[in-house]
Amino acid sequence: MTAQQVSENPLLKMEGISKSYSGVPALSRVRLEIRRGEVHALMGENGAGKSTLMKILSGIVQRDQGDISIDGKRVEIRSPKEALDLGISMIHQELNPVRAMTVAENIFLGKEPCYRYTGVVNRRKQRELTLDLFREMDVSMDPDKIMSALSVAEMQLVEIVKAVSYQSRVIIMDEPTSAITGREVAKLFEIIRRLKSRGIAIIYISHKMDEIFRISDTITVLRDGQYIETRPAGELDHDTLVKLMVGRKISEMFPKRIAAPGAEVIFEVAGLTKTGLFQDISFKVRKGEVFGIAGLMGAGRTEVMETVFGLRKADAGVVRIHGREVKIKSPADAIRHRVALITEDRQLKGLNLTASVRDNITLVNLKTFSLFGQVLQFKKENEAADAEIAKLRVKTRHRGQIVRTLSGGNQQKVVLAKWLLAEPEILVLDEPTRGIDIGAKAEIYKIIADLTAQGRTVIMISSELEEILGMCDRVIVLYHGRITAEFERAAFNQENIIKAAMGNWSAN
Amino acid sequence: MDTRVINWRNTGAFFAKYGIYFAFVLLAGGLAIWSRPFRTVGNFENILQQISVNGILSIGMTAVIITAGIDLSVGSVLALSAVVATSFAQVNDQGNAEHGLFVPLALGVLTGLACGAVNGVLIAKRRLAPFIVTLGMMTVARGLALVYSHGEPEINLTATYDTIGEGLTGPGVALLAVVLAGIFILHFTRFGRYVYAVGGNELAAKVSGVNTDRILVGVYAFAGALAGVAGIVESSRVMSGEPSAGEGYELNAIAAVVIGGTSLNGGVGSMAGTIVGVLIIGVMNNGLDLLGVSSYWQQVVKGGIIVCAVMLDRKSKY
Ligand SMILES: Nc1ncnc2c1ncn2[C@@H]1O[C@H](COP(=O)(O)OP(=O)(O)OP(=O)(O)O)[C@@H](O)[C@H]1O
Ligand SMILES: [Mg+2]
Repeated sequence: MTAQQVSENPLLKMEGISKSYSGVPALSRVRLEIRRGEVHALMGENGAGKSTLMKILSGIVQRDQGDISIDGKRVEIRSPKEALDLGISMIHQELNPVRAMTVAENIFLGKEPCYRYTGVVNRRKQRELTLDLFREMDVSMDPDKIMSALSVAEMQLVEIVKAVSYQSRVIIMDEPTSAITGREVAKLFEIIRRLKSRGIAIIYISHKMDEIFRISDTITVLRDGQYIETRPAGELDHDTLVKLMVGRKISEMFPKRIAAPGAEVIFEVAGLTKTGLFQDISFKVRKGEVFGIAGLMGAGRTEVMETVFGLRKADAGVVRIHGREVKIKSPADAIRHRVALITEDRQLKGLNLTASVRDNITLVNLKTFSLFGQVLQFKKENEAADAEIAKLRVKTRHRGQIVRTLSGGNQQKVVLAKWLLAEPEILVLDEPTRGIDIGAKAEIYKIIADLTAQGRTVIMISSELEEILGMCDRVIVLYHGRITAEFERAAFNQENIIKAAMGNWSAN
Repeated sequence: MDTRVINWRNTGAFFAKYGIYFAFVLLAGGLAIWSRPFRTVGNFENILQQISVNGILSIGMTAVIITAGIDLSVGSVLALSAVVATSFAQVNDQGNAEHGLFVPLALGVLTGLACGAVNGVLIAKRRLAPFIVTLGMMTVARGLALVYSHGEPEINLTATYDTIGEGLTGPGVALLAVVLAGIFILHFTRFGRYVYAVGGNELAAKVSGVNTDRILVGVYAFAGALAGVAGIVESSRVMSGEPSAGEGYELNAIAAVVIGGTSLNGGVGSMAGTIVGVLIIGVMNNGLDLLGVSSYWQQVVKGGIIVCAVMLDRKSKY
């Protein structure tokens, strides 16, 4: 087949797709053409309509207008089941596993291998098939583990395995790497290459630009629900792509830090231990510093900071703020000491999805908007919420919009807004830019820089080395629940941090 | 043509949101046209009197259900509060009151409050399922009501106590006060906002510094106290404190709340919806009576309406 023929005969074609919610358009006349065996990146800012378009393709959302055809034949996709029957499966941006079920049960949900005649699930076979899939994709995990016991990264891996297991012709991956890094991403790309060679098409959504250029063949850009352009990846470079997405150039990703951190130690953890999770964690953070905590998934970074924040009880160790030992038994205690924690899992610990943007943003601070501590002052509250929405450029119709209906990246911005409004002295950020578009990332980095310039302190857990290198004054690296290294900014070196994260670094 | 499609969708969404209000207007309007006795002042007073107890219970139930909980004990707690209150409102052999009006009223409300607080503490601190805890309380409170009253209704009540439930004034005022208090607490206070936060995502609320245990205890105590108020209204209306009072009332309250659009999954709902839910049930009962529908069929119709309401609620989510 010549290139000409291939492009004349796309595997999948979406044309003139429009969708609006209560009169507000999320997509207008968008088109998308997918060829066999290609990795097609779908790019755009938070709220551009990427997930909505993919939900239409996978039968979760119904379009208002437009045509979808597969192999040149028009199709109707009215439910996820119909999409699967047509050979379209999807990895969702928001992980939605059945938490009480095992890994194997989740993967085979709806297509369980059964004994003949009785319809009883053949659990042994299900387990074996799961192990086969794991082997094929080089994943090591216990198929009998309960989902709720997995980390976000592991859940994401299970989602990937599940989507691949359908033997689809088109696999949609909506931010499949938002919770995984390094080795796992490499593994995913290996899987993608293998799928490609079998003629399977991948639609890939991610805000991680380097991934896009590593894996994609074609790139389609959406902006504000409009189709902008489709081009071969080879014809685009980073800056051009960003300009297509954002509509302007982003001059600098990481802002210059004007004030150097002071000498005063404002926050100190000494000998913090929780058996099985982390041991003997000690570090000091100075006022005005951006202090990084690097490491691989599962190294215990989140657990350490959640313990400090009062979400877990430590077995040993102390926390000092302003040199005084503090007892933090609950998040309320931590907030009283003006510590904020922006958790990595926004849907589980960050947001009330059924409430409005305003109600989420003002939750921590509600007392300051209450007369006599109880009677809500709506005007004041609304103004504060609107100010945060504007500052972080949350794409929402109105402060009253229900958070569930925001795009993923905008939900993340709401979590940030909530904690920024609390004006903490010590701000702990756990993967703060997860799922956030490149323009918004730059804005968040600027906010971090501004905060430290005002004398606030930021502790940042991140799996994005670039972010650590770009923002932090100092970084510690965790490996298997222990601190393996500490680096000053002057001594930052990507390779050494990676080594320390893998547990083979020694300072001499 | 395309625009029509979009408009239809919007209409659908609009109906899903406000459908319950239209349903009420339709129901009441239809009955008013159809049935002459329905549209008399006397009948409206009747309806208000009949819905007062369910209305009071439903306000408390709304808050509980918004936290993603349930309170099955309100009917029994109503009975326990009623027998406690009335036992302090009896006339002695000389025909005099032993206590003023304040004592029985306060004790009735406090009894309910205490039961609710016990529910709340068990649910919040011991992490037990609301269904189980309140099912237990339902039985315990009923038993205590029987023990306390020796299985006999408390009669010979003082004239002042009886007048509370006489006619429309007492129940009407109680209902109005409770409704206003409910709206204020749920929609205008920090506590109310936290109720939604706990119901929507308890863990996220906790991470945001909300003392979720205190909110849960508060909500169940509120529902319990209102069951106490309802017990006073009910017992003064029938002029006796019956240990068997209030049986099945919890289900009527849950039905009103759910018809009013409050989600059993928590985090979503409103007092206004509940009030309409209470009115729908009240008007429906009254209308079916007036139309001479047999009480057997009435149950069938009522059940059907509840299921339809939940279906409407489902639709609005997608
Ligand atoms: N159920 C809904 N009700 C109302 N608006 C919605 C709903 N679902 C999506 N939207 C709106 O549609 C727009 C597009 O959202 P979508 O999730 O497709 O964005 P996205 O491109 O995937 O963004 P992100 O990169 O943040 O994931 C957003 O403005 C969002 O608020
Ligand atoms: Mg998205």
